[in-house]
Amino acid sequence: MKHSQIDQNDPRFKIANKEALIGVALVVINFIWWYGFAYGLGSVPPEEYTYVFGLPAWFFYSCVVGTLLMIVLVIIVVKGFLTEVSFEEEEENR
Amino acid sequence: MNWQVMFPLVIFVISIFVVGFWSSRYLKNSTNFLQEYFLGSRELGGFILAMTMVATYGSASSFIGGPGTAYTQGLGWVLLAMAQVATGYFTLLILGKKFAIYARKYKAITLIDFLRSRYNNNKSVSILAAFSIIIFIFSAMAAQWVGGARLIESITGLSYTSALFIFAICVIIYVIIGGFRAVAVTDTIQGIVMLVGTFIILIGTIIAGGGISNIMAELVSENPNLVTPFGHDGGLTPAYVSSFWILVGVGVVALPQVTVRAMSYKSSKAMHRALVTGTIVVGFIMLGMHLIGVFARPILPGIEVGDTVMPMITMEVLPPWLAGVVLAAPLAAIMSTVDSLLLLVSSAVVKDVYLNFIKPEATNKQIKQVSFSVTTVLGILVFAIALSPPDLLIWLNLFAFGGLQSAFIWPVIMGLYWQRGNEHGALASMIVGASSYIIIHNFAPNMMGVHSVVFPILFSLIAFVLVSFLTKNSSFSSTNKLHA
Repeated sequence: MKHSQIDQNDPRFKIANKEALIGVALVVINFIWWYGFAYGLGSVPPEEYTYVFGLPAWFFYSCVVGTLLMIVLVIIVVKGFLTEVSFEEEEENR
Repeated sequence: MNWQVMFPLVIFVISIFVVGFWSSRYLKNSTNFLQEYFLGSRELGGFILAMTMVATYGSASSFIGGPGTAYTQGLGWVLLAMAQVATGYFTLLILGKKFAIYARKYKAITLIDFLRSRYNNNKSVSILAAFSIIIFIFSAMAAQWVGGARLIESITGLSYTSALFIFAICVIIYVIIGGFRAVAVTDTIQGIVMLVGTFIILIGTIIAGGGISNIMAELVSENPNLVTPFGHDGGLTPAYVSSFWILVGVGVVALPQVTVRAMSYKSSKAMHRALVTGTIVVGFIMLGMHLIGVFARPILPGIEVGDTVMPMITMEVLPPWLAGVVLAAPLAAIMSTVDSLLLLVSSAVVKDVYLNFIKPEATNKQIKQVSFSVTTVLGILVFAIALSPPDLLIWLNLFAFGGLQSAFIWPVIMGLYWQRGNEHGALASMIVGASSYIIIHNFAPNMMGVHSVVFPILFSLIAFVLVSFLTKNSSFSSTNKLHA
């Protein structure tokens, strides 16, 4: 099929556009969390570091908790915000 | 030769062959050879999709090079590596359903098919795209073969040439007999091996180091910078580390070996499941593998060659039979990357060059023969080059991924989400992106403290938007307006 024949008002595209924006939102949250804890807590001299489970606090919150947070957010998004659509092509009568 | 280490490795290789033969049954029964061989008939389920994405992307760099650099740089490099968690969800959400639907409507089998259909069958777009994929992916693949052979060499004690020979035979045979389906299924086995391997080595390393607190204390007493986000000499600036979010995070969306997977899944349910699985797997593997590199430092001080950290720490902390099992992990990572790349280059040659320009009316049987011979010839060619890799190869491989991202990111993303974008914009974006990347990479690397990939991606966006506005809009036709 040619690109110009694709119906841009296909309701599935509205869903797809919304889900792409969710992807952008997730990556922004991920980045802010990662950056904030790493450089917020990690920029003091190493002698002043506190440790959580043996790891420096900046690393623990930024990388360990940050990864867990993203896993939880992705699960929430998949369960609550994504819509199932069919990829089967119905015969179009043009 | 250490047979206790070798035995699990041999079992691993045999199981991969079994998968190849099993998948070849699908090829025989398939009515659409091209779609089955290069895309597994768009039947991937969620788990396999997630694993093949992670395994393809998590290449030698994350298993050998990454932990080696973390060994030198400390926790700052683990921080940098964690930008890759984004690939677990971002790629599938951005390309997402729209890419899957478009690909089905266009009947696209490769990224180039997608670009060609989206951009008005423009010949220059497809030639340029095919050319960059063949050159860049081919070099990236050859470099990975060198890595694979070196790994086999270091584990088994065979000579480099025999190691390379074994590696080449394994990869070529199962790619040829099984196609995309075999690659995806073996990726899944390899992904599981990587996951379990990471877990076991991490635990072993922590125990050998006397606990995390003890390891951290020893790192601080050696060099306090090792536990900061700034690298062993304070050289990792926040801007530089953050810019890796583009190279190894969001930019991955434009890599052809990733996009092809985004058109191969069965249903939206598979995609949803892959989002969760992919994020968990990539998060755990990246965190674990790079931490192992850092933790290995007090246990095995003074390793000169970073690439040997991973095999050495494994042999050090685990009993030999278990070391054999988990050393299959980095081998798995390399194999699962090269098999995808081999198939991708082969698809570019068969589908985008042979079928488009040489023989459009080829029969199913001819396509089959050509696909098998192209894959074989490419495999032998890579083998020959990897025997004594030329400098040009190293040079090309260094910027393969950045170059592909600069060239493809906007034609793909804007192609999906901006209807006004047209073939002239896409062409301008590819040329500006790739050439500015080559220039910056060679003459002003890491300009303004960020990775060389950042500015070319910005320039190619500007080129895409400007040129699309300045030229006639041919892709948005009146038929669409009528349907509105």
